[in-house]
Amino acid sequence: MSATTVAHDDVHHDHPTGIMRWLTTTNHKDIGTMYLTFSLVMFLVGGAMVLGIRAELFQPGLQLMNPDFYNQLIGVHALIMIFAALMPAATGFANWMIPLQIGAPDMALPRLNNWGFWLLPPSAILLTLPFTLALFGIGDGAIATGWTFYPPLSVQGGIGVDFAIFAVHLLGVSSVMGSINIIVTLFNMRAPGMTLMKMPMFAWGWLITAFLLVATIPVLAGAVTMLLTDRHFGTHFFDAAGGGDPIMFQHLFWFFGHPEVYILLLPVWGFIPQILQTFSRKPMYGYKAQVYSLWAIGALAVVVWAHHFFTAGMPVPALLYFMYSTMAISLPLAVLFFCWIKTMWKGSMTFETPMLFAVGWIILFGIGGLTGLVLADVAADAQYHNSYFVVAHFHYTLFAGGIMGIMAGVYYWLPKMTGNMYDENLGKLHFWLTAISFNLTFIPQFFVGLAGMPRRIPDYALQFAEFNMISTISAFALGLSQLLFVYIIIKCVKGGKKATDKVWEGSEGLEWTLPSPPPYHSFTEQPVIK
Amino acid sequence: MATHSENQYYVPHGSIYPSILSVGLLSLASGFIFNMNDLHFGKWMMYLGAAIIIAMTFKWMGSVITESITGQYKSWEDKSFRIGMIVFICSEVAFFAAFFGALFYMRVLSVPDLAGYDADITPYKDFLSSWPSLGPGGKVLGTEYVPPADFKPMHWNGLPLINTILLLSSGATITWAHWGLIKNKRNELVIGMALTVLLGITFLACQAMEYHEAYTEMGLTLGSGAYGATFFMLTGFHGFHVLLGTTMLIVILIRCMKGHFTPEHHFGFEGVAWYWHFVDVVWLGLFIFVYML
Repeated sequence: MSATTVAHDDVHHDHPTGIMRWLTTTNHKDIGTMYLTFSLVMFLVGGAMVLGIRAELFQPGLQLMNPDFYNQLIGVHALIMIFAALMPAATGFANWMIPLQIGAPDMALPRLNNWGFWLLPPSAILLTLPFTLALFGIGDGAIATGWTFYPPLSVQGGIGVDFAIFAVHLLGVSSVMGSINIIVTLFNMRAPGMTLMKMPMFAWGWLITAFLLVATIPVLAGAVTMLLTDRHFGTHFFDAAGGGDPIMFQHLFWFFGHPEVYILLLPVWGFIPQILQTFSRKPMYGYKAQVYSLWAIGALAVVVWAHHFFTAGMPVPALLYFMYSTMAISLPLAVLFFCWIKTMWKGSMTFETPMLFAVGWIILFGIGGLTGLVLADVAADAQYHNSYFVVAHFHYTLFAGGIMGIMAGVYYWLPKMTGNMYDENLGKLHFWLTAISFNLTFIPQFFVGLAGMPRRIPDYALQFAEFNMISTISAFALGLSQLLFVYIIIKCVKGGKKATDKVWEGSEGLEWTLPSPPPYHSFTEQPVIK
Repeated sequence: MATHSENQYYVPHGSIYPSILSVGLLSLASGFIFNMNDLHFGKWMMYLGAAIIIAMTFKWMGSVITESITGQYKSWEDKSFRIGMIVFICSEVAFFAAFFGALFYMRVLSVPDLAGYDADITPYKDFLSSWPSLGPGGKVLGTEYVPPADFKPMHWNGLPLINTILLLSSGATITWAHWGLIKNKRNELVIGMALTVLLGITFLACQAMEYHEAYTEMGLTLGSGAYGATFFMLTGFHGFHVLLGTTMLIVILIRCMKGHFTPEHHFGFEGVAWYWHFVDVVWLGLFIFVYML
């Protein structure tokens, strides 16, 4: 029997249909679709929570909720957006696109891949269940410490903290399993002839992300485990009465937490250059420089954590070290920005929705990066720490840099995934609504932050009222605009103009050589790269 | 079903085990939380969750073994498993690094700092900048701290030294078994594996005795300040890994006796052996930094 007919026998086993298809699937596209759908649903859940927060902040004083519930919304909003919206979206793209981009038959460990996804819904249940339990009189609601779990507040907190600890454990297992799968796939499943330095940039971004996850997620698991034993089993890790130190938790948490920022962004830095090259119709500029910069950022990511708590108390040499190492990250990042802009330079550019998002992303993420440089300054940070300036800064990096980057990816690959073109006019409308309302939401927060408005407080001084009002109205506009996003996706899945194999005039890479949508089993025979 | 050729990657059929396993984890985690917060119906959720997890692991690994002995895994799949196992062990190293980090932080920074404060400005008086530290004495912020009178730190030259010898020997016996496997000497393989399992179980028994002694005779508990917390968390998680490793070794021993492995094709054996060596190396770290120094 020839290889092709063997393959035919082997891969055309029965596919279960309905819910069983999704529960049992080992197919990378099915699993990618589940990740992306889960991410979109949780994005709306987390968004609804933050609209509650913004509604409370519409006016000074307490109108809608008590401060404790406000704190719960703040913490769960962040945990959901980071762990249940952004990370699954990046993993969903990895599942869908990495095997197509490197010419692999599937992900290397398909059952593990399935498990990686199915750990997510239980974690989402653990995160949100305490809200429901509180309605029945069990416990006092969800985690109210913010997403950072700082002791002693988290040691004193209620049942919600325990739920969040175990949610983080399951999410962590899911991330580590996903990372193992991606590392193995990239090292072992590339098409013959595709050397590491011929891999698509998205694959590079994810490879470094996966290494960061494997190195840091277990440290977070250890940290929250110590928190759990401090809460229930009498240990003194974070209690000075036994020789421990609450600041130690901050070190452990941010040893994970800072790389986490790059975990969220590196996959985006991977595919944005691909989008830029597609719509500029010229090759990516500085491929090698970009790969080396990604490595440099990945390496620096794990040695700069303490800049998140400069004001918590540290010896001056430590402050200086963490300040300079943090600022050093701007060097490789500047190389990336230069390469992104140079990729567009003198290109035959067109501005379809993915390109609009990509270009807007460069500018807005640039603002996030530059304000980060301000916060990295120890002296300036003493003023800005814990203010709305920080809130605005990390929403520029994680909403503009993360979510809007993911949206660029959605518009870029949706025709490939579904076989249908999305509605271009609605897509452009979605971009402008998102970009404008996003800026109107967060620019005022830079100003109120500089003027001294503290974060995580449901009430504020009267002089911040106007800017908060603008911020709240824009936040609702931003939230409602995302319903348009959902509508565009549903419309595209249901039908529309048929997409060609190549989809975009300037698209390059193996995923564009397959039909749109690709067959259930792509690349049963690996292509050879010259 | 036809086996596939060397250049076809084996993509397994759909499997329901991973998703049910996740339900088991949800049940175990939420039951544990309820139980800790004095809602004792949680106990039953924990039992249910644990039962699901054991059953699903059994079924899942069972299908992997079936695929292995029916020849679905060629050198390409084998390489995937190898890289995957290496990365998994790296993540385990990072997990232990968090607890070692906590130990070093407390010994080098927080205990000396607490001892160095002026008695007028700190509520936590009478810290000694020494290790082990039991924390302050006297009344602090309304709580009376009384270090147990019979408190003794764990010495390295009793049971811990025996445990070190046990684990190091088990590293040697598993390597001897591996040689037997490569040279196709079934007896050497099975005896080597059986000895390794035996040494693992003996280690666990010794550690149980050590814990019993600590709690009943030495006044050393989880609550014994920074020393007790790091001691029990580090050795406890290590012991848990030895327990997992021993369980895997027993499975591999049974598979060796059934003749599942060939000199060329035995990743299952090697993966467990790597894991066992990792557990060994962690123990050496514990022996030096927790017991000796």
